[in-house]
Order: sequence, then C-alpha cells, then structure tokens
Amino acid sequence: MDNLRGKVAIVGAADTQVGKLPQFSPTGLCIDAARRAMADANITKGQIDGLITCNSMAEPYMYHAEAMAEYMQIFPRYCMSVGAGGSTTFSILHHAAAAIVSGMCTTVLITMADSLRSGLTRDQAMKMQSSAGHSQFEIPFGPTVPAFYALIARAHMHKYGTTAEQFAAIAVACRKHACLNPTAEMRTPITIDDVMNSRMIADPLHLLDCSLVSDGGSAIIMTSADRAADFPHDPVYILGVGEGHGHEHISQAQSLTTSFAVESGRRAYAMAGLRPSDMDFAQLYDCFTPTVLVELEDLGFCQKGEGGAFVENGNIELGGMLPVNTHGGLLSHCHPGNPGSMFALTETVTQLRGTAGARQVKDAKVAIVHGQGGIMSSHTTVILARERH
Amino acid sequence: MTGQMDKFLPRPTPETGPFWQGCRDHKLLLQYCTACGTHQFYPRVICANCMSEHLEWREASGRGTVETYTIVTRAVSDAYAADVPYVIALITLEEGPRMMSNVVGCDVESVKCGVAVEVIFEQWSAEITMPKFRPVAGKPAS
Ligand SMILES: [Zn+2]
Repeated sequence: MDNLRGKVAIVGAADTQVGKLPQFSPTGLCIDAARRAMADANITKGQIDGLITCNSMAEPYMYHAEAMAEYMQIFPRYCMSVGAGGSTTFSILHHAAAAIVSGMCTTVLITMADSLRSGLTRDQAMKMQSSAGHSQFEIPFGPTVPAFYALIARAHMHKYGTTAEQFAAIAVACRKHACLNPTAEMRTPITIDDVMNSRMIADPLHLLDCSLVSDGGSAIIMTSADRAADFPHDPVYILGVGEGHGHEHISQAQSLTTSFAVESGRRAYAMAGLRPSDMDFAQLYDCFTPTVLVELEDLGFCQKGEGGAFVENGNIELGGMLPVNTHGGLLSHCHPGNPGSMFALTETVTQLRGTAGARQVKDAKVAIVHGQGGIMSSHTTVILARERH
Repeated sequence: MTGQMDKFLPRPTPETGPFWQGCRDHKLLLQYCTACGTHQFYPRVICANCMSEHLEWREASGRGTVETYTIVTRAVSDAYAADVPYVIALITLEEGPRMMSNVVGCDVESVKCGVAVEVIFEQWSAEITMPKFRPVAGKPAS
C-alpha cells in the first residue's frame, strides 16, 4: 500500500444539534451522531465492522471506542479511540483509510462528541484544555489556552508585521459564513471593529478571536471506493492525506511561526498530485484566529509571512479567492473540543455533494481540510474530491 | 508565599529533580551533553540531539531574551487571579534552550519581543522555587 489516492470514500456524514445541550450526555451525542450518519449512508449497524472514536473530556472512558461499540451493541473487528487534540479527526481518517485499503475492515464508523459547555464548568473546561501544557515547565506559570496561541500570534506579528486587525478578519469571515448556516451557533454578523473592541483575553487575542465552547457530535461512514457506488449519496473521495508531528509543548516547538502543517500539507498534496491552486475551498482549524493565518501560509496558499494580507478584503469569504470554513468554523459554528474538526469534515462532504444551500461554494470539486492539535503540535491535512480522479 | 500553594505546583521526577534543587539554591541548571556539546531544557534522561546519556548539570548564566509573550487578563484559575495581568513569555536562554516563564517586576506593557531578561527565583513551597525573569535594567529590546 504505497498510496491511498482515490481508494477510499466517505459515504455517510451527519451532525447532531450543536450549542448548549444539557439534555444530552456526551455518550448520547456520540451515539446520536453515529445513528444519523448510518441513516445518511442507509446502512444498518451490522454493516459496521470498524469503529473509531475519541475520548470525551466530560464523560471519559478508559476504553472509549470499546464502550461506544458496547453501547450500540456492535462488534467491530477494528476498534480504537485516538487522541491527537484537534488533529484527531483527520489522523483518524488517515488510519481508517489505511485500515480499509489493507483489508482490516470494510466499513468504518467514525463518531465523536463532547459536552464542553454543559458537561464541564467553564473553569473545568479551561483547566482541562490548558493541561496540554507541560505539567512542570509550562502549566505552573499560569498559561491559559488562549495564552498559548497568543504566543504564536505575537511571534508572527513581531516577525512579519501581521496585525491584530488581520487576525480579526478571519473571525469576521467565519461569522459571515455562520450567518448562512442554519445550524451554526453564532449567527449575528460582526465587523473587524467588533472583534477589536471585544474583551482582551490574552494579548493580542480578543474574545472574538477565540472559538466557542459547545456541546455536539458528528460522524461519518467510510468505505472502499469500489463499494462507494452502493450508497444513496454521491461519494466523496479521499485523494490525499498527510500528517506532521512537531512537538507537544509549545516551548519545545522548532519554530513559533512555521508549523508542521508544512509537512502534512506537502505529504497530502504529493499523494493527491494536486497543488494549493487546485483547491476550491478550505476548512482550516480555527480554535483561535492566528491558526488559520499560519495554516494558509504553511499549506502554500501564500508565501510565509503574507498570511495577514491574504485574509484581508474578503479573500477567504464565500465569493473570495479561497472560501475558508464555510460552515462558520470553530469560531462561529461550534467547538465541542477534540471532535470540533469533524464538523469541518461533514461540511466538506455537504459542499462536495452540492447540498450546502445558501453557503454553497459554486462548482465545488476539490477541498482541503486541515486539523491541528495540541498547541500547533500535530497536524493532519486531507484533500477530498467529488471525482475519484 | 501566601496563596501560591493553590497554584499548579510542579511535581519533580527523577530526571527533573536536580533542576528543581537548583532553583531552591537559586541556580538555573541546564543539562549539557558532553558527547555533542549542546545544552538542553527541559531535563531528559538522554540528549535529545544525539541520544547520548552523557549529560551533566551546568549552571546557566540566567540571562536570555523574550522571544514572544502574552499578557494574560483572564487567569487560568482562581489561584492566579491575583496576578492578573501577568506575562507568559517564551525566553531564549543565552545557552540556546527556550523556556516558558513569567516576566515579573515591571510594567506588563513594557515587555516586548527582544527584551533582555534575567532569572530571579520565587519560593512557592518548601520543595518548589520557581524560576521567573525580570527585564535587565537599561537594556532595551534588541
Ligand atoms: Zn548530545
């Protein structure tokens, strides 16, 4: 197996409700997402022979995937839960594709959910997430999650002259898209001034530079490209996937301004045989606005240091050169923690099926999705397409 | 020391114990690899550059430069609320390694990328003394 290009497809995709959902447990949301994805793919649970999940912070299990399989009473031959922070979603996709191509299983359910909003207090959620820091050499100094990313933002501003207004333009674009998405949490338009005037959280990051804290779940069904025609919806094919893992702790990063998205992107483009200019839209991990800017550079959409200029003037909005986060992203759609980038994946499927309604990217054929976990630590890039090529 | 016990206190491990002992003695200790001649931080059982086990502890100059920083205005927990606004910085030490710390003893607005800083020590408990940094007087950002 030297290449996964065009060999695997997504044949089912669905989200639960998102937002503040105290009526659901994280397990309930995880199973609800699975049920909806199976309905979308028109398959029964007996057809699932591979299951991948990620653990919930609000309702953790020592063996999460096994617990979810037991809950649904399914008996997969391939079963695991993965934890790579926000990169989890797409590294899981990579593993699932490899498992299908190598014959370990035929039909994989990936389902993830968490209840960061209702299942944890705000302080618990904050403490849980800041535990990505080093327990001896970072956490004692009191960094918050926004502070970790603010270090990257400040370094980028210092080195390249990037401005806080340019970071704000990313929040504005995501909000504009969320306003066109009936399922998004935040649907009131915002301006750059609104972002700049929102409360400072960790200089230079304002409240509106930070993603949401939500409840929600999302799931997809994957199978081999050869089987993909047997499902009700047009398949979405995986053309390229690549990972890059640079560090766990930000103080150990090789560079504060260039991430291992360079590596994950290079590997994904090479497998797909495509270039940045071939992408019709992009879903880029946006836990905080600066991550999108760094990812645009590192994935080759502009030169290093020019991300600030790239995100201005509506360039990353629908109708612009490269629409980014067409569902509203973690900034304005929802962000239930590690499952967050699943929604970027289901949105990509919706866009490539051509069923995204008011926010449809015209003639969308090829998309790039990117997840990063930790503090710009682990990166996975996936290139998805309507055609198998 | 008041109130520091509710903060997230480091729990030294066998390989980091000498570093924390150094802090108690008001010395900033780094590991130095005698095989390849590099300093490293955080402490490890091997040299992360060459995998050698031939590491020795050397006292660092305690001087460094702020590579990047942020001013935290929303504390991570109640134990840190009294410190708001506080500076989290990544500091590149003269010997090469980078470490996270707080820049203290100055107006938080005066901290900039490139500012020269030097280590000071702040006792939090009988076992834990934290290495923090303050601007070097009269040295503007480089
Ligand atoms: Zn060495």
